[in-house]
Amino acid sequence: MIQEDIVRHGISRLMGLVPTLLMLITIAFFLIRVAPGGPFDSEKPLPPEIRANLDAKYHLDEPLIQQYFRYLGQILVLDFGPSYQYKDWTVNELIARGFPVSLTIGALAMVLAFVLGTLIGITAALRQNSWVDYGAMGFAMLGMSIPNFVIAPALILLLAVNAGWLPAGGWDWSIQRMVLPVITLALPVIAYIARLTRGSMIEVLHSNYIRTARSKGLPKRIVIGRHALKPALLPVISYMGPATAGLITGSVIVEQIYSIPGIGSYFVQGALNRDYTLVMGVVIFYGVIIIVLNFIVDMLYAWLNPRIRYDEGR
Amino acid sequence: MRGLFRFSQVLSTDVAADDPFAAALAQEPIKGRSLWADAWHRVLRNRAAVTSGIVMLVMVMLVIFGPMLSEWSGDYTDWDHTSSPPNLETGHWFGTDAVGRDIFVRTLQGGRISLLVGVVATLVSLVIGVSYGAIAGYYGGTTDRLMMRAVDIIYALPFMFFVILLMVVFGRHILLIFVAIGAVNWLDMARIVRGQTLGLKNTEYVEAARACGVGHWAIIRRHIVPNLIGVVIVYVTLTIPQVILVESFLSFLGLGVQEPMSSWGALVNDGAQDMESAPWTLAFPAAFLTITLYCFNYIGDGLRDALDPKDKS
Repeated sequence: MIQEDIVRHGISRLMGLVPTLLMLITIAFFLIRVAPGGPFDSEKPLPPEIRANLDAKYHLDEPLIQQYFRYLGQILVLDFGPSYQYKDWTVNELIARGFPVSLTIGALAMVLAFVLGTLIGITAALRQNSWVDYGAMGFAMLGMSIPNFVIAPALILLLAVNAGWLPAGGWDWSIQRMVLPVITLALPVIAYIARLTRGSMIEVLHSNYIRTARSKGLPKRIVIGRHALKPALLPVISYMGPATAGLITGSVIVEQIYSIPGIGSYFVQGALNRDYTLVMGVVIFYGVIIIVLNFIVDMLYAWLNPRIRYDEGR
Repeated sequence: MRGLFRFSQVLSTDVAADDPFAAALAQEPIKGRSLWADAWHRVLRNRAAVTSGIVMLVMVMLVIFGPMLSEWSGDYTDWDHTSSPPNLETGHWFGTDAVGRDIFVRTLQGGRISLLVGVVATLVSLVIGVSYGAIAGYYGGTTDRLMMRAVDIIYALPFMFFVILLMVVFGRHILLIFVAIGAVNWLDMARIVRGQTLGLKNTEYVEAARACGVGHWAIIRRHIVPNLIGVVIVYVTLTIPQVILVESFLSFLGLGVQEPMSSWGALVNDGAQDMESAPWTLAFPAAFLTITLYCFNYIGDGLRDALDPKDKS
């Protein structure tokens, strides 16, 4: 009965993905096209014949609406087209090159944030209103308040420049070069998860069934691990969607500062250079990831939480 | 009769001498504490929030009047002291940057922009979000479903990328920063206000008021708005730091306010460029930005604890 409920909700959400994606593509397409300037503007204007040839090659001479539908057709076969700035590269190739790097950092940061965040949150909740709790929450608030572009230079200055323990930037798939970016990326997420976990854990610990479990004389470890943990982590699960979006946004900065060749750095460069196809490709690619992850999280949440009901309209 | 009156007067003055709270009770025996007085008391008990409030007050004063205290101006290049560390004698209290501009003045002037963007863009999102959410919640039914479906769709978009696109496309004017950040930040506000309105519409006391024949507007004014304002205020205080963060994020990438204007994000970016030779150019703007965000978050937290009607423990 409840399972059926979830399936029905899942199907309706799945249908919602299509308009969301279409809107994403449409806004991004027209937004970048109304921008003054184009990908082939340079200090010295190109000869008109060459310009005309270039425009014809990339179909920039067609009416905008025709270009839009041409682009939609390309997206359907997962072809993001050629990059305008990185000559001889297609956007697909650029994404394929950058994404493994971005994914590695993002996934490591997510794992670190989840583990550390829940641990800190649970510890604080179990010692509510002690100095451990205040310390942990003070740290969490700090983690949420310090922007990652402040943390990153500070970490570089302290650990790389002054102490010389770690490289300041660059990328060669070695663990030393991953440490600073991953910490920078994870810190605000750790902080947020710690706060979430603490709040929900305290709520759960005050519930009747935990009192029952305790009064039956179950050891604390089992009360926490078997009965309290799962419901307490529900808000964290539902935060995973926004957290991913946050990590992706954060990676734009982090990749810039640590000069990491991921997708985020392509996006900023592409936007500044009016590299239409690259910018569109990155926005759509990341948009799809965020949308799909939100969907998965939503389903996971419904599956884990027996109390949720979707048929009453949200 | 007269004696009794005298007696109560004596009583109240006596009590006032040693217990101000009891005195307040004695002087206003009937008037109960309003929702707001109640909330205010709870905020005052939250030490972190009160401290943060005071710090923010000082910060705002400093940002407005601070630059007048210095003998330097933000755009003057002091060639005798380029990249000089903080020094009280030269008047460069926070040092100077690579081209000899005074960091103290620039930090405070950057703070003006950052705080201004924080407040104005939040107001933009407030206006959009509250009207959208209130309409959806008040009308309910199909209108509500369609409107919130649209919010869901927009919500799933990677909004930071859109702000970046907007900045790139339409140039980097400060007005655009207000609108661009405000226009993508109203979704949470709309959701919260809509949920609140929806819930309030069906509460017993609203029903009771309706049954007594109280008009729509009186219900909205007396029962819905006061309950809505609490949530909105909390949310505004929590949105301001987010907006400041977004603006500094943009400025850090070089997409925010442009020279000669500056903001904390832009200053942090400048400072990060030559942090090895002149760490103070990074430290002061970064500290000001962080302290501001920290304080706003604590104030928002305190207000939420105080104003959230669900949590009256």
